[in-house]
Amino acid sequence: MNPVAIRDSYDVAIIGAGPAGLAAATLCAKGGLSTVLFDEQASVGGQIFRAIEETPVTDKRVLGASYWRGMDLTRAFRSSGAQYVPEATVWSLTPEREIGVSLHGGSVLTAARRVVICTGALERPFPIPGWTLPGVMSAGAAQILLKSAGLLPAGRTVLAGCGPLLWLIAWQYLNAGAQLSAILDTTPAGNRARALPHLLPFLFSGYFRDGMKLLRAVKREAPVIADITSLRAIGDDRVTHVEYRRGNGAAQRLAVDNLFLHQGVAPNVNLPMAVGIKHRWSDEQLCWVPVLDAYGNASIDGIAIAGDGAGIAGAEAAEWRGRLAAMAAARALGRSVPDPEETHVRDELARCLRGRPFLDALYRPARIFRQPSGDTVVCRCEETTASQIIDAIALGCPGPNQMKVFLRCGMGPCQGRLCGLTVTELIAEHRGLSPQEVGYYRLRPPVKPITVGELAALPKTDAALYAVTRM
Amino acid sequence: MFQRSQPDKAERTVTLTIDGRSVTAREGDTVAAAMLAAGIPHCRTTPISGVPRAPYCMMGVCFDCLVVVDGVGNRQGCLVRVRDGMTVELQSGKRGLP
Repeated sequence: MNPVAIRDSYDVAIIGAGPAGLAAATLCAKGGLSTVLFDEQASVGGQIFRAIEETPVTDKRVLGASYWRGMDLTRAFRSSGAQYVPEATVWSLTPEREIGVSLHGGSVLTAARRVVICTGALERPFPIPGWTLPGVMSAGAAQILLKSAGLLPAGRTVLAGCGPLLWLIAWQYLNAGAQLSAILDTTPAGNRARALPHLLPFLFSGYFRDGMKLLRAVKREAPVIADITSLRAIGDDRVTHVEYRRGNGAAQRLAVDNLFLHQGVAPNVNLPMAVGIKHRWSDEQLCWVPVLDAYGNASIDGIAIAGDGAGIAGAEAAEWRGRLAAMAAARALGRSVPDPEETHVRDELARCLRGRPFLDALYRPARIFRQPSGDTVVCRCEETTASQIIDAIALGCPGPNQMKVFLRCGMGPCQGRLCGLTVTELIAEHRGLSPQEVGYYRLRPPVKPITVGELAALPKTDAALYAVTRM
Repeated sequence: MFQRSQPDKAERTVTLTIDGRSVTAREGDTVAAAMLAAGIPHCRTTPISGVPRAPYCMMGVCFDCLVVVDGVGNRQGCLVRVRDGMTVELQSGKRGLP
């Protein structure tokens, strides 16, 4: 069943083929290390450069320069000599760097002397009433459909939320000739003042000019309704309307065929947390970030994290972080990477990070959209509502893991990816604690569901057989 | 509701069956993208309350696009590519066992 030859061990295994993973793998392979890159998707690029080698959107003006920049990275990777394994789901990584990977329904185990986790980010949950209705999607999903399948929204389309990606997809849609009925901007009015002290470094970050151009272009062509303080998706089997309020105003409705939601991204913590890597709560980014040294090395020896999984910093920073992690891996294995110079890499990374505090403050999502109430579904898998969670807290449920026992929330197939941040924040808010004190779900392998049959078919050691059979 | 942006004549297509319907998709599409392009209203109904769900994240994290592909349930439609002759069924509640 498995046509891919996976070796028993590698010098370096990299997980995730986005900008960080591509850059890290390229450099490791160039440094003479046996390098493997596992990626869950069928094509390279991660989400930001999704389908870059095969997108049907060939007019380069549609997706823009920030997307096509990924071609250089991809080409360098393709000629690097690193082994690329697509459609490979890494479901287990141990502190000893043994890796369980599922390929086309069958699993294999391999090992690496160094591992670089480049599993990136996912979109922050946006729990509003009706967000589970067909017709409601994340804006990132809409963008993936454009990049990978050339799909454009039909009918009346509303984008709602805040953050750079929301404006980027709006711009790309308009470039492609799609119509947008409205952009409902949920950026809290007070954010501008809080972002202002961080403005100067942002002006010199390189993102300012392009960002302003993009914003102006979108605002020229699409109706933007700012200061949105409440959102509700309405419909029976499918969304038909979005209801919103501006400031303290009365509720208004728009008829919609598509509602795309987005309020920023957060590190995808499932794999690193399942290995036992130490994380801390970031008040600036309102999410968990791993505790890393200056090369991205995590709290477990031999494992590094690069890219947005190390803290949200964008695609360009991800590349440079990937290169730093590769340099550290090469050095640890007695090799050196002569090019690029480390000082150059650090300068470039610093440039990319310069504007981040401004963006974090400006696009900090409103509390009302992070901490829902009432019948709003929090856990999409188990259909647990905000009021059930709040009631359980009142009954004495102290943390996210106990919440699983009370309500099964976080126990469905997505393994907390779509509810974890919401549950931590709700418990923190209602218990008067910090998210750091509340903590997160205890994550365990397999970090993606695999069948028991797939597990059972794995090669077993004599010790493992003896533990079960005593023979 | 989605539409193809630029029907490119040069692109190869595949034909598959989704929920009993014959659907033409672009080679390279994921099952989830093909379903959205074909106007299939939902992928599954939930095991808890039986409500319909459609793809939400398109990147393999939300599990709302679970479908039955060639008889195997709990496949993430956004991670599986379409193939000629593939049969996709909507998943009703929990995955059935073969």
